[in-house]
Amino acid sequence: MTSDIAAQRADHKQDGLHQRATLKTLLFQLRAFIVLILLFAFFSVYSDSFLQPGNLIILTKQVAINALLGIGMTFVILAGGIDLSVGSIVGLCGMIAGGLINEGLVLPMFGVVVYFNVWIVMLITLVVGMIIGFANGIIITRFNVAPFIVTLGMLYVARGLALLRNNGATFPNLVGDPALANTGFPTLGTGTFIGLPFSIWIMVAVGLLAVFLTLKTPFGRQVYAIGGNERAALLSGVRVKNVKTITYVISGLCSALVGLIITSQLVSSHPATGTSFELNAIAAVVLGGTSLVGGRGTIGGTIIGAFVIGVLNNGMIIEGVSSFWQTVITGVVIIVAVIIDQIQQKLQERSVS
Amino acid sequence: MALPVSDIILRAEKITKVYPGTVALDEVDFNIYRGKVNVLVGENGAGKSTLMKILAGVEQATSGKLLLEGREIRPQNPREAEMLGIGIIYQELNLFPNLNVAENIFTAHEQTRGGVVIKHGEQEKRTSELLARLEQPINPKTLVANLRIGHQQIVEIAKVLALDVQILIMDEPTSALSNAEVDILFRVINELKAQGVSIVYISHKLDELLHIGDFITVLRDGNRVAEAPMEKVDLTWIVEHMVGHDTHAVYTPAARDIGKEILRVENLSLQRAGKGRNALLDNVSFSLHGGEILGIYGLMGAGRTELFETLIGLHPQATGNIWLDDISIKGRSISERIQQGVMLIPEDRQREGLVQSLSVSNNMVLASLRNYLSRFRYLSSSKERENVKRLVEELSIKVSNPQNLISSLSGGNQQKVVVGKALLTSPKVLLMDEPTRGIDVGAKEEIFNIMTELAQRGLGVLFVSTELKEVMAMADRILVMARGRITAEYLRAEATQQALVEASAIGHETQPANG
Repeated sequence: MTSDIAAQRADHKQDGLHQRATLKTLLFQLRAFIVLILLFAFFSVYSDSFLQPGNLIILTKQVAINALLGIGMTFVILAGGIDLSVGSIVGLCGMIAGGLINEGLVLPMFGVVVYFNVWIVMLITLVVGMIIGFANGIIITRFNVAPFIVTLGMLYVARGLALLRNNGATFPNLVGDPALANTGFPTLGTGTFIGLPFSIWIMVAVGLLAVFLTLKTPFGRQVYAIGGNERAALLSGVRVKNVKTITYVISGLCSALVGLIITSQLVSSHPATGTSFELNAIAAVVLGGTSLVGGRGTIGGTIIGAFVIGVLNNGMIIEGVSSFWQTVITGVVIIVAVIIDQIQQKLQERSVS
Repeated sequence: MALPVSDIILRAEKITKVYPGTVALDEVDFNIYRGKVNVLVGENGAGKSTLMKILAGVEQATSGKLLLEGREIRPQNPREAEMLGIGIIYQELNLFPNLNVAENIFTAHEQTRGGVVIKHGEQEKRTSELLARLEQPINPKTLVANLRIGHQQIVEIAKVLALDVQILIMDEPTSALSNAEVDILFRVINELKAQGVSIVYISHKLDELLHIGDFITVLRDGNRVAEAPMEKVDLTWIVEHMVGHDTHAVYTPAARDIGKEILRVENLSLQRAGKGRNALLDNVSFSLHGGEILGIYGLMGAGRTELFETLIGLHPQATGNIWLDDISIKGRSISERIQQGVMLIPEDRQREGLVQSLSVSNNMVLASLRNYLSRFRYLSSSKERENVKRLVEELSIKVSNPQNLISSLSGGNQQKVVVGKALLTSPKVLLMDEPTRGIDVGAKEEIFNIMTELAQRGLGVLFVSTELKEVMAMADRILVMARGRITAEYLRAEATQQALVEASAIGHETQPANG
């Protein structure tokens, strides 16, 4: 009898503590979002031009690039990997697309040059990105090499190939030729739908798809499981090697998509495009609360992370902060984010042990 | 019981420890008697480890006092506790596999010349002395990674002995030791007692406690329920106080019909990677019938875990054949074998059974995700919820919300989640590797009941245990393994402790002490 009462009392105690703990954790989990709102409010108050629709669209267009790379990167990092090759894949895929439009596909053995419709060009480019991602995944999973090393190597390989494609030169003026029926490529970069550029819609669509993949498919669930405990996942029948490989394919695909968008926006492809983009993407992922060890994080977080970086950069440019200081501040924000992440982890551990 | 207060070296008064979500300790008193073995028992989640962490400075109490020789102490970290003379040997091994024995023992207490250069010779000499005291001829220069688990545990003990502590806390020190090594440990404990060292001893092996303990304190749900001198108590007393109710009929599996053969293993062999002398598995053959509980007994390193890993498909290079319902599953991947109806419940829950970053629900459905796809091939939350709810009820898992993190459950409930995950794959054969390791008496009983019930439903259950009594009580038939081979087979009625122990030692007689 007395023990019953004691148990009830303990239950009661636990409930109160539990609610306080969850509120605290919730605030921590929403921290990226809270930071974003604070930044947004700050720049809205201190700058007249920040809230202009034109500026917001430019901002979001820039964010879309980083967010798309970050989404692909999130899958890789959730499964406990890392992909350093995304920036180079952006550059290489831009050069592939540019070359196919300006020079076509040269087939020396038949003595012909094939020009493709823009849709086919884009499709080929996306496939190239997926193949490079697949190569990353296969080398990592079948030869057991650390993801950091493999994708670092691929960073050099892809960049080198991008430079080789046109001997270090750009492919300018990618408007196509009506006679060759390959016009219309710039539309991807310049076109709009309900007033918003296509790239923003692409980010929204890819983002929704990625959220669905992570939350509602066995693949997504298995990605989290692998990042959390690879051996337990393996013993639960998860095809660990395949799932990991697919995450790199997704990252390659996202990179190719970004390559196409940038090339189309500039109407030219340059082999150095995308240099160090991988670091921005990782920064967005980390700011979004995804653990670099894997197993913990969300797509939504990554997109918010990309917006934090985007708003910060855009606001500082408008405020006339020197670009050198911008770099310093961005770095500080990333480090602080990771420190907060560690504190949150501790809080969570305490609440369960 | 009316011992003078001066005989208590350390007294914990009204220790309360609150974590967000739980009250781990609720005004617990605990006495450590000078020069005695103070046993602390309780089910998983009773608060034993928390209390020890507070004594050792790893955690700080929310309220309450620690009185060492009557003076209040507040160790803020393990180093401060060590300086006060309190040392702890943790349940998990805390050694550096990439360093040698001597380096491990003197980590953070290096013997140096001028505070810079390590005196390796000196450290190795003292290590040899310590190990000689523990009667273990381990070379101080051996890499810890090359020692077997039992010897690593000995090194862990030597590490604390090197500190000259006056209070030594041992959290399940024998879980990885062979019987011979346990005897040595007990001799060391007696020697330490003679030197005036006070020992706090935690273990789930109750007969061991009766043998070594002087005083016993029982915790239950964060409360101290009893303290008594050991000579006044017996096994039933301990179990009753731990569980809170009478558990006489602990293991008596109900009778059931043995069906037809469902698993047949033929000449299964697995070579050791690299240069090893003997094979991990050496021509293992046996069969398992529906409704049968087949126990495998063997010492650590006998090949039990390797057998299970090979059956589930972790070692595709193994030779021999495995038939499930007369279909060969040799050459199939793990996921294919699971679909065919074999499922493993691994020995190490934390490392192999669960994904700590996922919720209870997500852990449970992980191996059977394809069963919850909706018409449009995405995961249907309602289907997941239904199945998880069914299993939570069936296995009576104590969880307020299946969306909580798995790490919020106690060891026994975590184990039930692993069992639930296996059951959701609708297995025909269940491989259970030490299913009761590190869980309390109450949860053990529940796991045994579940095993019996599954066998009644016609499943074949193959389970491994190092505890003789468990195997003899639970199994319809017992296989004994030693050095990768099956050395004996008994029906339950024929099996005797003597016979099992002898069969498990075959091939071990000539093993060098360092092997």
